[in-house]
Amino acid sequence: MSYKSIERSAVPLTQQDFASDQMVKWCPGCGDHAILAAIAKVFPEIGYKKESYCIVSGIGCSSRFPYYVNTYGFHSIHGRANAVASGVRIANRGLSVWVATGDGDSLAIGGNHFIHAIRRNIDLNIMLFNNKIYGLTKGQYSPTSDLGCVTKTSPYGTIEQPFLVGELVIGAQGTFFARAIDTNPKFITEVMLEAAKHDGTSVVELLQNCIIFADDTHKMITDKETKDEHQLILRHGEKMIFGKNKDKGIIMCGDGLKVITIGPNGEGMEDVLEHDMYSPTPGVHLMLAKMFPPHFPIALGVIRAAKFPTYDELLEEQITESSAKSNIKCMDDLLNSGDTWEIK
Amino acid sequence: MSKQILEKENVVVKFVGDSGDGMQLTGTLFSDAAALAGNDIATFPDYPAEIRAPHNTIAGVSGFQVHIGKETRIIGDKCDVLVAMNPASLKANLKWVDKGATIITDGDGYDEKALEKAGYATNPLTDGSLTSYNVIAPSITTLAKETALANGLDNKSAERTKNMFCLGMVYYIFNFDLDTPFKLVDKRFPGKAQIADANKKVMQAGYNFAEVMEAIPSTFQISNVQLEKGRYRNITGNDATAWGLLAAAEKSGRNLFLGSYPITPATEILIELAKHKSLGAQVFQAEDEIAGICSAIGAAYAGAMACTTTSGPGLSLKAEAIGLAVMTELPLVIVDVQRAGPSTGMPTKSEQSDLNIALFGRNGEAPCIVLAAASPSDCFYKAYYASKLAMENMTPVILLTDGNTGQGSELFRIPKMADLPPINPPFAQPNDPNFKPYRRDPETLVRQWAIPGTEGLRHRIGGLEKTDVDGLVSTDPLNHAKMVQFRHDKVMRLAKRLPKQNVYGIADADTLIVSWGGTKGAVYEACKKVNTSGGAVAHAHFSQIMPLPENTAEIFANYKKILVCELNSGQFANYLRMSLPDFKYEQYNKIQGLPFTVEELVNAINNIK
Repeated sequence: MSYKSIERSAVPLTQQDFASDQMVKWCPGCGDHAILAAIAKVFPEIGYKKESYCIVSGIGCSSRFPYYVNTYGFHSIHGRANAVASGVRIANRGLSVWVATGDGDSLAIGGNHFIHAIRRNIDLNIMLFNNKIYGLTKGQYSPTSDLGCVTKTSPYGTIEQPFLVGELVIGAQGTFFARAIDTNPKFITEVMLEAAKHDGTSVVELLQNCIIFADDTHKMITDKETKDEHQLILRHGEKMIFGKNKDKGIIMCGDGLKVITIGPNGEGMEDVLEHDMYSPTPGVHLMLAKMFPPHFPIALGVIRAAKFPTYDELLEEQITESSAKSNIKCMDDLLNSGDTWEIK
Repeated sequence: MSKQILEKENVVVKFVGDSGDGMQLTGTLFSDAAALAGNDIATFPDYPAEIRAPHNTIAGVSGFQVHIGKETRIIGDKCDVLVAMNPASLKANLKWVDKGATIITDGDGYDEKALEKAGYATNPLTDGSLTSYNVIAPSITTLAKETALANGLDNKSAERTKNMFCLGMVYYIFNFDLDTPFKLVDKRFPGKAQIADANKKVMQAGYNFAEVMEAIPSTFQISNVQLEKGRYRNITGNDATAWGLLAAAEKSGRNLFLGSYPITPATEILIELAKHKSLGAQVFQAEDEIAGICSAIGAAYAGAMACTTTSGPGLSLKAEAIGLAVMTELPLVIVDVQRAGPSTGMPTKSEQSDLNIALFGRNGEAPCIVLAAASPSDCFYKAYYASKLAMENMTPVILLTDGNTGQGSELFRIPKMADLPPINPPFAQPNDPNFKPYRRDPETLVRQWAIPGTEGLRHRIGGLEKTDVDGLVSTDPLNHAKMVQFRHDKVMRLAKRLPKQNVYGIADADTLIVSWGGTKGAVYEACKKVNTSGGAVAHAHFSQIMPLPENTAEIFANYKKILVCELNSGQFANYLRMSLPDFKYEQYNKIQGLPFTVEELVNAINNIK
């Protein structure tokens, strides 16, 4: 693997190289543990020098993440992880910058920074932990809580439409969006690796269970009995097939998607869509991102990985070009440029 | 025709008109020509918040004041020559014109409708109300247009040249030759030779018109400046701030990172820095004020010389993030070009009312270094110095300038980079086995700057309280008390290493006049005036606000009376009362969105006796 101009480690690294000596203080049974374990495997596999990783977070349960991985880390303030991370990456383009954030941090108080980081396509890897609840403040609804969700601050049920993360990302001209779930850590590792390879802002929505305040919020997707019927694992170039018996497929019908049952002899298979995660046009990606049970399976894996110029590349270009063209090479040049005169 | 030539040391000329009349350009062309002719200058733009307010109304009046002469520390109280393009601008500015002064105004502009819009019941040019002024009101639009049309401009463009006609007249009045102004016009219209040429012809026509006009019986000869030897240029405070930041980045070997969101009257710093990618400036126009500072904090962590620029409302929005920079002990420069508040206030008017928020406006106890710039060219040195202090002491520094200082201009003696003091940030060395994120220099209490990417220095920082030395998350009560004290002492101990406070004027007088920030010129002139007319006062002007200079109490102890002059309700006076409670402070305050005039300061100083 050789992607990006970040210095690579001369020796192979292991999970141990990133092990933190800090006690992990998430609740027992929290989905964050599984996500942490999965991501700890990603860094050695990517192969950058261990000093080249920098994790930036905001506030919330998931934002304690930097303390639990031995990299450079910055635990910032509520909602601002993406803004801080943008500064880190722009100022130091030798770093692989990862953002640990949640549905409150990036979609409520920090919504503005989230959409603008995506729009700029800065080379950040955003890990958005979505548990559809405010955990650290002990159980208030979040911008992703389902309509009608009963929480401490919505005792009669919420009366707000939730954000769909993928829809927001693609609406903000996101070039990379993927989704994974805490019950399948191996798959998280796989998806994260794809995110790391992507040039530009990647957003991985990590569906995560808050065992204390919103237990089973993703049950319809994770339940052992029904998960095969409710999960579509996307892989580039493969047909969109799901179901326990691999007998269901996604087809395009009119201006939307539709689930069909594939016949015993493959009837209908020719209509089943093949996943093209690199497609620059976001139409199908958006439809995939918006699929939810019970009428559709939820799409997991890399939904979109389109190639567009990144902020980082364009910045490098401008710096190189203006450095070559400008007569002003240093401050003494600037100070003496334009109209000046001597007093003797 | 020969005219009488009056010698003057200083004159004030003000150009006023509709906000679309090009008054800022006219004023700039005049001040640049004056500077190139060897005069000291100070300029002051005075414009409405609206880009194009309703035509011919008082609300739409835009102005540009130029003070030229031998020594022009201030922008000047009242003008000797007022150029008013329409009735509304005349009405709005007459109070700033000395009796006997010359008023040049466009006689074509005084129709019934324009007079009504300006709120004139009768025509001031004919009703006798202006008899104490030397009013010159030719048909400027008609005359300018004739010349411009003859030189190939279309009707609309021709009408716009009326400011050039006025400028020609003013150049004549001040005995300038037109070579330099012509060169400046050429520069303003690159690649548009016809437009430049027509403008020059109109300017020449105005000049010739003034020469033969009997209503202009005399011209002024301004005494040339007696400045220190050296190379000079004209510079605005905001450009000087931008350059000071760039100079500090170069000196420290760091790239400059600016995270900023446009806001009046600070935007010019962002605009200026955006031009200088060739000097390594990374300028990030953020989505909001908070992202501006947070991206800068990220950049500071990542090893840049980071700064954010704003004005009052933006500083309010940045408050929480400044606390983060205090907590993480990262170098950061926050420039606040103060404007009249609260809330949106008067965006284009100046004030010194953000001192309290700079000193105290954060949750928890979060001390910052606070500096204030005294004049446009001083912005360069204060921005440089703020950056130096931030990086060497690993702490945020708030630099207060203000709208008048930021947008005003003056002569700037060009420094050599080699002469500026060195900047030595406390970098942690790769693989230093003793590195700990919050290990401090025992003397200065400064922690080290460990740049991500460096081998052997992986560490975590953040807004949560951390243990001394190791930097681990902690709620230990005694550790917190210790860390609060460290952050406080780190800033206060600096006073020992920073320059001492100076006193000007009559040092052994009974009365000390105190000022800070952008009012230096006016207060200095006022003290000088008092002292040359039989009074006796000393003057201490503060640029270093937090920590106060070490010898401040020592100075204050020498005086029976202390008068603190500032453009707010007494924020610096109250800060002094709190910091040095042994002294009694009297106040002189002005909160009108306008700078001090020397006259009102002289009265205030004389009244305390």
